[in-house]
Amino acid sequence: MTDQTPHRQTEANVVLRQIGKPLERSDAEGKATGRTRYAGDYTMPSMLHGRVLRSELASARLKHLDASAARNLPGVLCVLTADELPDRLAATDIPGQTGQKRASTDRQILVREFIRHHGEPLALIAAETPAIAEKAHDLIEYEIEPLPGVYDIDSALGPDAPIVTEPDNIVGQHKIRKGNVDKGFAEADHIIENTFKTQFIEHAFLEPEVGLAWVDENGVINIRMSTQVIEHFRFIADALGVPHNKVRILGAMVGGGFGGKEDITVELYLALLAQATRRPVRLAYTREDSFLGHGKRHPFVISHKTGVTKQGKITALEVNIRADSGAYVFLSPYVLLYSAVAAPGPYRIDNVKIDSAAIATNNMYTSAFRGFGAAQACVAYEAQMDEIAKAIGIDRFELRRRNFMRTGDKTATGQTVESAIWSDECMTRALEALGEETKAEEPVKIGRGVATYQQSYGRITWLHDTAEAWVGIEIDGTVIVRSGVTDIGGGQVSALSQIAAESLGVGLEDVIIYHSDSAVTPLAGTTTATRALYMTGNAVHKASSILRGRMIDFAANELDVQPDEVDLANGQAFVVDDPSNFISLTDLAARGASEGLQRSELAMFRAPFTDPIDKETGQGPVFPDFTYGCHAVEVSVDTETGEVTVLKSVGAHDIGQAINPQAVEGQIEGGALMGQGYALSEELIYQEGKLVSPSFSEYLIPTSMDMPEIKTIILESRSGLGPFGAKGIGEPSFTPVAPAIANAVADAIGTRVFELPITPEKVVKVLSQSQTNGDLEQKLNKTPLLED
Amino acid sequence: MSLEKAIPVKINGVPHELLARANETLLDCLRQHGQFEVKNGCEKGDCGACAVQIEGEAVDSCLTLTWTVEGRSITTLEGLNDTNKPHPLIAAFMEQGAVQCGYCTPGIIVAAEEMLRETLNPTDDDIALALSGNLCRCTGYTKIFAAIRQAATVLREGGGND
Ligand code: FES
Ligand code: FES
Repeated sequence: MTDQTPHRQTEANVVLRQIGKPLERSDAEGKATGRTRYAGDYTMPSMLHGRVLRSELASARLKHLDASAARNLPGVLCVLTADELPDRLAATDIPGQTGQKRASTDRQILVREFIRHHGEPLALIAAETPAIAEKAHDLIEYEIEPLPGVYDIDSALGPDAPIVTEPDNIVGQHKIRKGNVDKGFAEADHIIENTFKTQFIEHAFLEPEVGLAWVDENGVINIRMSTQVIEHFRFIADALGVPHNKVRILGAMVGGGFGGKEDITVELYLALLAQATRRPVRLAYTREDSFLGHGKRHPFVISHKTGVTKQGKITALEVNIRADSGAYVFLSPYVLLYSAVAAPGPYRIDNVKIDSAAIATNNMYTSAFRGFGAAQACVAYEAQMDEIAKAIGIDRFELRRRNFMRTGDKTATGQTVESAIWSDECMTRALEALGEETKAEEPVKIGRGVATYQQSYGRITWLHDTAEAWVGIEIDGTVIVRSGVTDIGGGQVSALSQIAAESLGVGLEDVIIYHSDSAVTPLAGTTTATRALYMTGNAVHKASSILRGRMIDFAANELDVQPDEVDLANGQAFVVDDPSNFISLTDLAARGASEGLQRSELAMFRAPFTDPIDKETGQGPVFPDFTYGCHAVEVSVDTETGEVTVLKSVGAHDIGQAINPQAVEGQIEGGALMGQGYALSEELIYQEGKLVSPSFSEYLIPTSMDMPEIKTIILESRSGLGPFGAKGIGEPSFTPVAPAIANAVADAIGTRVFELPITPEKVVKVLSQSQTNGDLEQKLNKTPLLED
Repeated sequence: MSLEKAIPVKINGVPHELLARANETLLDCLRQHGQFEVKNGCEKGDCGACAVQIEGEAVDSCLTLTWTVEGRSITTLEGLNDTNKPHPLIAAFMEQGAVQCGYCTPGIIVAAEEMLRETLNPTDDDIALALSGNLCRCTGYTKIFAAIRQAATVLREGGGND
C-alpha cells in the first residue's frame, strides 16, 4: 500500500452506510436560513473601508499622480500609490504549497509607469466610511498618456507590435509529439481542417470579492476573505516583505468561485492597507470592480487538421492552439498546457502533433476558469468530430465509438489511463435520456448534439500536490474535522464530513468541520482543479481510517473479541456477528480518554509525483487521472430570427463514486446552465482593451427563464483515485456542454457557427451564407462543363 | 453629504429606526442593522441577491432608498423563518439540495414566498417568471424549481407555519 491509495487500506470490512446517499448537505441549513456568515458579513470596531482606483485605459503611461487632495480629506487614513511600494511585486504564478520555485511572472502591485490593462490599479484608499473612500477616490488627480496597444493575438505577434510581455509577447508554449503525423496523414482517406474560436467570459459568481484585514498583537496580518486559495498567504507575505508566519488567511463559505477566486484578489490590497494604517480594513468590490478586477476565461483560436480513414478511424491529428493571455501571465501557461493535453479529446490517436502558444495583449489578463483550457479544447475537438462525420458520411456517434480510448490506452502525452473510460456508455445513456424528438414547425428546426470529453481531476503531477486533514473524536463521541479546504459552494466541506462520518460510524450531524484557516487548520491546498474531494477527501479518509482502526482495536479489547470482528456504525462499536454485543462510541471515547488513547489523527495525502514532461515531445504523465462522460442536448433554432433555445440537456458522467449524489446532480445541473451561457449568450466585449460590458445588465448569464429540462445520469465505476474510488465532477460537468449545444445547432440548421457565442445574428448569417452557397452549388451543378 | 434621519420601519415584525442619509439604500441600512442575510450582489438591480419584501412585495433593496420606506414593514429571509419550524420553502431548499454557494438563496426564497402567496399551484412558467430577477450561477435553477414545487405542495396540504 502506498500513500496514493489509502482508500484501499480499510475498505475490506466496510459496508457503505452514508457514502452514495443523497444526504442533506451539512452547510444547507445555515445557508437556507440565511445564518451562514460570508466574508463580507464580518465587521470589526474601528474598521476602515478600502477602495481601489483603477485605470480607465488599457495601454497608457501614467505621467503623474497626485493624491494630496485625497490625503487631506478628513476621514482618509491612507492613500497608497506605487511610490509607497518602491520594490514590491506580487506573484501571479500558481498557488504553490510545495516550495517549488515559481516562474518570474510577478507583476507590479500598483501602476508605476505603464498601464497594461483596463482596470489596472493605480492607488489604494482607506477611509473611515465607504462614502469618504469614494470621495477620496474621486479626488486623486492623475494624467495618463494613451499608448498604442495590442488587442488581438495576431497583431501581438506582428513585427512592430508593442511589447506587453518581454521579449516577444509569447508567455507560454507547449508542444506534443506522438507517433508520426506524416505517416498518419498518408494513411488517411480524408483530411478535414477547421478552425474554432471561443470568447472572453466572466465567472459571474454572485458574491463579489470581499475581505476584512487586521493586524493582531503579534504583528500577524489576519485576512478574512472570500477565496478559493487561503494559501496565498505566502505570496502576500512575500509581497509585503514579512515572514510567511506573519500572514494568516481565513476563509468563510464562499459565494461562488469557478476559478475566479483562485488568483490573488482583495487580500493583497487589504494587507497593504491594514499594514499601513494598523487598523482593521474592509474592502468590498463592487460588481464593476469584480468585472474589472479578476482574470477572465481565455479566448482561444484552435485549428484542427484530422486524417481519417473511410471507416472513420482517425489516423493523424495536428492541432494549433493560440490563446489570448491578456496583460499579465497569471495561470496562462498552465491553462495552455491543459488545452494542449486535452486537444485530442477522449480519442485514441496514434499520430499527434500539437503546437500551442499563449500570447500577451492589452486585454484583461486571463486565468483560471472552470474547465481551465480543457474546456476550450473540447469546444474544438467535439465540433471537429461532427464535421468529420458529416464530411465522410458516417454517423457522428458511431465515429466517436470507433475512436474512443479504452482503459489501458495512452493519452497524447503517453500517459496510460488506468481508471475506467466509460465514454461510450455515458454517450449511449445521455442520448437515450433525450427521449422522443420534440416536434416543431417551420421556420423552427430541431437539432441534437453530444459532446464527450476527457478532463483531469487533481493538479499537474509535477506540482507535487499534497493535502492534510486532522480528525478527532471528542470525549462524548462527537467528531471534529480540521482541514484548510475552502468551500466554494460545491459541498466540499459537507463531503468531507460525510467521509469522516462514514469511517467512524457516526451520523453527518455528529461531525463538525473547521475549515479554511491558514493558521489553525492543517493546510489542504486549493479548491481548484477538481481536486478538493480527491485530495482533501483522501486526507480525511486516511486520518479517519487510522482513527477507526485505533477505535476498533480498543473496542475489541473492551468487547473481548478480535478487531476484525468489530464494526463501527450508528454511534456504536459492535461485534458483526452479534450486534447485541456493543459499546457506544460515547462510552468508548470516554474510556479511551481516561486511558490515554490518542483520539485524533493528522494525515497527509500525496498525489502521484512526477517530473515535468519533455519540452520537445510533451511526453510524460501530466495528471493523476481523468473523468470521462458525455453531455447531450436538444435545441430548437428559429431559422428566421436565429434564436436558439435549449430544450433538453442531459449530463451523463462516470464520476467513480458519488459521495453525495444530490450534490453531484447539483454540479451537473449548474455546469449545464453555465455551459449554456458560454455557448449562447455570454461574451465580454473589449474595445481597445476597454471592457464595455461590466454589469449583469449587459453581460447575460442564464436566468430561470433559460432553464431547459435538465437530466443527470451518474455512473459509478469506482475506479477513481479519490476516496471510495471517486473521480471529480466540478469541472467535467461544465466542459462538454457548450460543444454539445454547438453541435445541436449545427445539426438543426445543417451548417455551423464556428465561433462562440452562437448568437442569433451569427446563426442568421451562416444560414444566409449556406443559402447563397447552396444556390451557387446548384447553379454550378447545372453547368455542363463541370459534369464529368 | 446630507444629514442622517431616523426612519421608523418594522423589520421582520419588530419596530426599529434605521439611520439613513437621503441617498442611502435599504440594502446598506439593513446590513448595517445586522441583517446580513440580505446580500449585496451588484447594487444595480440586476441580480436579486438583495431582495426583501416591503409590505409583502419582493423588491431589490439595493434600488430602494431607505427614506422611501418610512413606516413600512420589511421582511427578510430571517423573518420568513421566525418560528420554531422552518418555513416550508426553507425546508424544501435544504432537502432538495437547492442551495450550493447559498449567496443567491435569501433573495430567491424571498421572491418565491411572494409568488406562493399568489398561487399554491405554480406552473414552471410561474416559477421562472417569479425568479427572473434573481440570478443563480451555481445550481442551474433545477433544484430551486423542485424545492419551490415541494414547498407549494406542503403549503397546499396545510403544512405551513400558520
Ligand atoms: S444587489 Fe440588488 S439586485 Fe443585485
Ligand atoms: S447557489 Fe450560488 S449563486 Fe445560487
